[in-house]
This record gives sequence, C-alpha cells and structure tokens, in this order.
Amino acid sequence: MKLKCLAALPFALAASISNAQNISVEITNLTHGIFFTPILISAHTDGMHLFEVGTSASTELQTMAEGGDISGLVATADAIAAVSAANPAGGLLAPSTSTMAELDTGDNMHLSITAMVLPSNDGFVGLDAWAIPETAGTYTLFLNAYDAGTEANNELILEGSGAPGVAGIPANPGGNGGTAGTGVTSTEANNTVHVHRGNLGDADLAGGTSDLDNRIHRWLNPVAKVVVTVQ
Amino acid sequence: MKFITSMKCLSLGIAAVLLSACGGSKSSAPEVVPAPAPPAPALMSFDVSVSNVTSNQPLSPIAVVLHSDQYSAWSFGNAASAELEVLAESGSPADVISAATGEAVFAASSGADVIPPGMMDTVSLEFEEQANVELTVITMLVNTNDAFSGMQNIDVSGLEVGASMQVNAPIYDAGTEANDELAATIPGPAAGGEGFNAERMDSNVISRHPGVVTSDDNYTESALNESHRFDSHALRITVTRTL
Repeated sequence: MKLKCLAALPFALAASISNAQNISVEITNLTHGIFFTPILISAHTDGMHLFEVGTSASTELQTMAEGGDISGLVATADAIAAVSAANPAGGLLAPSTSTMAELDTGDNMHLSITAMVLPSNDGFVGLDAWAIPETAGTYTLFLNAYDAGTEANNELILEGSGAPGVAGIPANPGGNGGTAGTGVTSTEANNTVHVHRGNLGDADLAGGTSDLDNRIHRWLNPVAKVVVTVQ
Repeated sequence: MKFITSMKCLSLGIAAVLLSACGGSKSSAPEVVPAPAPPAPALMSFDVSVSNVTSNQPLSPIAVVLHSDQYSAWSFGNAASAELEVLAESGSPADVISAATGEAVFAASSGADVIPPGMMDTVSLEFEEQANVELTVITMLVNTNDAFSGMQNIDVSGLEVGASMQVNAPIYDAGTEANDELAATIPGPAAGGEGFNAERMDSNVISRHPGVVTSDDNYTESALNESHRFDSHALRITVTRTL
C-alpha cells in the first residue's frame, strides 16, 4: 500500500505543474425516442457561454436549436479560442447510444455542450460552463433539455423549418410520428432559454394538434449522461 | 491462500502420524485429542430498504442481489435479458433471482410483497465476508407496460458495520413492450391486463423511461390516469450494513 502511494506521487506532482489537461467526454443519450443532432463540446475560459438560462438565445444558438446546425456556435467558440469537438457522433446520436470525444483543454477550464433534441421545435440538451476539476478522476453529470425560447412549439413536422424563424420541426428521424396536425400552439410564452416543458404529442397519427406521438416523443429529465475523465 | 491451507493440512497430517506412533508405544488408553474446530467464517450482512416514492405506482416485490463487480443485471442501450423482461413486464422477480448464481453472486433474494406508494420494504441478506461488495436492486412500476426502477453496482464495500447510505433510483424502459398504456397490456391494479409476453415489440434497448401520457392528458385509450404519472425517480434505497 505504501509503495503504491509513493509510486503515484510523481504523477500527481506532474499534473499539478501543468495547466493543460487532457479530458475525455462521453455523452449518452438517455432518452427512449429522441435523437440528438450534431453535438458541440467546447472547453473555454471562465465567463464565456454558448447559452445561458434566463437570457435570450443568440442567433447561433437559435440556428442550432431550431435546425441542428452547429456551424455558427463552432465559429463563436473558435472566436474565443475555445477547444472544441464538433460533431463527435458523425451525425445523429440515436436514443440510448453514446459518443466520445477527447480534448486537450489548454487553459480552457470550463466545459459547455449543446445539441438539438429531435423531434422538437427548438429544444436542445445543454451543459453551461461547468468548471472542469483540476483533480484527475471521473466525473458524472446529468443534463436537462432546454427550450431556446425562439420558436412556438407547434409540433408540426415541416420540411425546411430548420431555418431560423421558420416554425416547425425539420425532421423526425425515427419516422414514427403523424401528419396533418393543426398545431399545438402559435405562441411562445417565454422568449428566453428555459427548461423544456416536453413535447405534448397526441395519439392521432392522421391529424390532431401535433405530428408527434405522445407515447413515443416524450422525455423526462435528465436526457443525457456525461462522463468526464480528467487525466 | 490455498497454499497456506495445504501447508496446514500437511503439518496436521504429520502431527497425526506422530500421535499415533506415540499412542502405539503406550499401554494405557489412547488420549483423545479433540480435532481443532475450523474457524467460523466471518459474516457480513446488509439490510436493503426500498421506499416507494411514486404517486400511484405500486412496486413489484424487489429483487435484491449482492455481488462482485462481475455481475450486471442490465446494460443501458442494450437489449434486456429474458429474466429482466419478465420482471419489467410482469413484476415477478423470480427469474432475476434464479439467474443470479455463480461465483459473482454472494446473496440474492426478493421482497415478500408489493410495495404500495408511500410504503417501504426491507430485505436482509447475510453471506461470508467479501472484500468488494456491490448491490443491485430492481423492481417494476406495475401500472406501466415495461417500466422498471433500480440501481445496479452500488459499491457498499466501504460501509462500516452500523453505517448506511442512501440512493435514489431512476426509472428505465425495458424496451421490450410498446408503451401503449392499454388495459390489456398493463398488469397493475390500474388495468389488470397481461404481464409477461415474450414478443419484443419496442426498441429492444434499455433507455430512461419517457413517462406516461394517461387518459387525463387526452389519450383516451389509456388505462392510466393523471395519478399514475411519475418523474425522475421511483425509489429511495437505504442500505445498512448490520454485520
């Protein structure tokens, strides 16, 4: 036992000398029937945010949350010298599956994650500027789904509605929804980023108010598990 | 360990030979030497208490397994085992318990009865002391198609005798039966329908449960009402080491 402690000491010393940290980030989609669009993982400095609950979404965040396009957020992250992993899953992350990224954070000691949840109007899974621990180890986080507050949750699947400002859900990857809904709502009560209230859906696949299936396109928080390993 | 044991046997054997040699040289009645009693194995025991913290979801009799890190009752994102499917669809822990065998399992047992909302049940398990002990608890939310709640691989090795720890268990969807919420397919008191059905009619992967819709949320065919809804967790598990 004593020998082990002694052997571990040089590594501990080495780790405390350098600021740069290698971390791995494993993200699991915990949901039963909701996909994640391309994920953005960014390590950045203190005081920076990809999103903040209670504030209006940036255009870049809106573009991600309504259509899954992370290019704007990637540019934002690059502009603040963040270290990012863009789209580690190489497309959609299906329900109950995982993806992984490794980052050499340098001096960027805060971690943010975003990805649209699909099908939804402007829902996304997010982690906002979590302070990366300096101590080596494995840390588990559970993430909630947020609503960007930029689009009314009409729950209608409409091609082309991924563009910012075009109401609708751009796609339903599971292909298990309905059509010809009349729309759940045309207004958005909270125009700032807030905890998503969930999809309403209905059991009428050929009409009703929603194109989503109320038995399938639901979720309870948390919607993602993140395991960060600090080496 | 085995080496030391066989060494002991060897020296005992030599002693026996010497004794008999001595006995042969004496004319008086041979002395009776009592065989040394084998040392009683040290035992450890745990009380596993499960509180039902749901609104209106009775929990099936809990399955409790204490084991090494080589046992796993389920794997998130993968298909449920046949025994877990039985538990998650019918509420019977029997198959999970009978499948919990082999070197990795120290003790396994199930609760005596259903745990109504707001109530608690305790299962006590005792076994020979082990260095690394993990706990798995599983139960079904019986007013659902295939929802189960539980926690696996809880490391209880660090618990001192008399100490306890508490965890909340999330709710999973076994992925083996569609969440149609129909009276015909939900076994609990809200419906009285079918329990286990070997056909796998859903995603066939284990995920977190999406929740139930209920008839009060405009799904008229649902056998459930608003009281059967649930949120992030269904159980509070309290583990106390008693020995």
